[in-house]
Amino acid sequence: MSVFAAALRFLLPWEFSPVALAGCALPVAAYLRGLRTRRARGRPEVALRALAFLAGVGSIYAVLQTHLDFLAQHMFWIHRVQHLVLHHLGPFLIALSAPAETLLAGTPRTLARTCRPLVANRVVRGLYRRLQQPVVACVLFVGLIVFWLTPAVHFYAMLIRPIYLTMNWSMLIDGLLFWWLVLGPERASAPRLATRMAMLVAVAIPQAILGAYLTFTASPLYDVYGLCGRAFAISPILDQQLGGLNTWIPPGMMSALGLIVLASRWMRSDESARRVSSGALARAAGRSG
Amino acid sequence: MSTRANRDRTSAGGARAGLLLGCTLLVGCALAAAGCARGGRSAAHLHRLYGLAPPLAFTLQDAASGATVTAAAFRDRVVMLYFGYTHCPDVCPTTLAKLAAAVRELPAADRDRVRIAFVTVDPARDTLAVLRAYAAAFGPEVVGLRGTRRQIDRLAARYRVTYAFGAPNARGNYDVTHSSAVFIFGRDGRSAAVVEPSDGVAAIRMTLNRLASRA
Repeated sequence: MSVFAAALRFLLPWEFSPVALAGCALPVAAYLRGLRTRRARGRPEVALRALAFLAGVGSIYAVLQTHLDFLAQHMFWIHRVQHLVLHHLGPFLIALSAPAETLLAGTPRTLARTCRPLVANRVVRGLYRRLQQPVVACVLFVGLIVFWLTPAVHFYAMLIRPIYLTMNWSMLIDGLLFWWLVLGPERASAPRLATRMAMLVAVAIPQAILGAYLTFTASPLYDVYGLCGRAFAISPILDQQLGGLNTWIPPGMMSALGLIVLASRWMRSDESARRVSSGALARAAGRSG
Repeated sequence: MSTRANRDRTSAGGARAGLLLGCTLLVGCALAAAGCARGGRSAAHLHRLYGLAPPLAFTLQDAASGATVTAAAFRDRVVMLYFGYTHCPDVCPTTLAKLAAAVRELPAADRDRVRIAFVTVDPARDTLAVLRAYAAAFGPEVVGLRGTRRQIDRLAARYRVTYAFGAPNARGNYDVTHSSAVFIFGRDGRSAAVVEPSDGVAAIRMTLNRLASRA
């Protein structure tokens, strides 16, 4: 088999999921349509934002629907990379791109109308509001990582397909909720900037502890990879150490990146507030003078 | 003013709910971790599968007869499914010996209800004759099975296990790293349990006993 054919095979899904395909393709289609609509309306989207959205969805598709998923099932550290994308990187990029306006502009009107009762549903709204409380969101974010990494749970997640899918989808959905709350638009109902920053610090600490624990534990915690066979020969301890580092360092970097984004927003809002107040002062002075 | 008060109340309620959820998760994880410290199960029991892994299904070649055989031929039998290869230096023979020992310890009536399905992942070296002799050496309940690469890959993927070939040495011999799991299926073909290398004969025998006596 030529290198090209092997690469092409790698890009095919290991276990095809129509839900994953539709879940990535439909938003991208709506987004691209929205970009065109916005350009026609004379309010084009910033290119970097569009790039962030497409990269976010693309990275999620890549870890779910290529042979990377096979490697993630048979190698602990690649599983950690997969979850880094599903729970951190992909949702981070999507939230950073603030895609709501473009997505809405690109959603066919009939579809938007069909979905409206669901979005307006009181139970759905109530549930969403409860999940999007800062404390609940942080506990869920860290709790899910700890839950799926509990060795007895991890054993069955890797052995049983429905549990494996539940794990991956729960990580993705929670990642989207969390990063949307942290990086999403500032509304009256959304947490303040200081709260968002505190959330990023709050989730980074337990992840660092867990990652360090995995890295420095001298005995293998996850027998299931040996049981099912590793994708390539690597010692269980090295696999666990690489996985631990992946649970420890990159999530910390994601929190740091988030803090930088929020800090720059803070400075900008501070500056504009000062400009507004100095303008008001000048006007007041002009009126009195 | 009242909406502000409402918002404060809901956020306080959310914080309380969050703390409660957090405590529940922590306690749950602590219990789970305590369970895992003992290997996730007591020493006398195997990991159970509760029918959550797919039921037994395959199309392979029976080494004894050379005929094509499907899972239907194993209906009404408790089946222990294991992937390996006959050149395997250590893991395969010890595992097969352990499984066969567990079968021998069963009451005579149950013994014939159990089959050990040994699927080779190295069909290039494991010809029908080699596989037949190898299986027979471990006992009459061991069935050697081989297939095309495609058939074997499909069966391995079905149970989420894998194998990989090492580089051949000067004499053309090579190692195969493969799954060490043994999947046990009930007489109805439902997945019942999985055997880890650390599991002993007694734990396997108990599970076989339970499954063989259940119609």
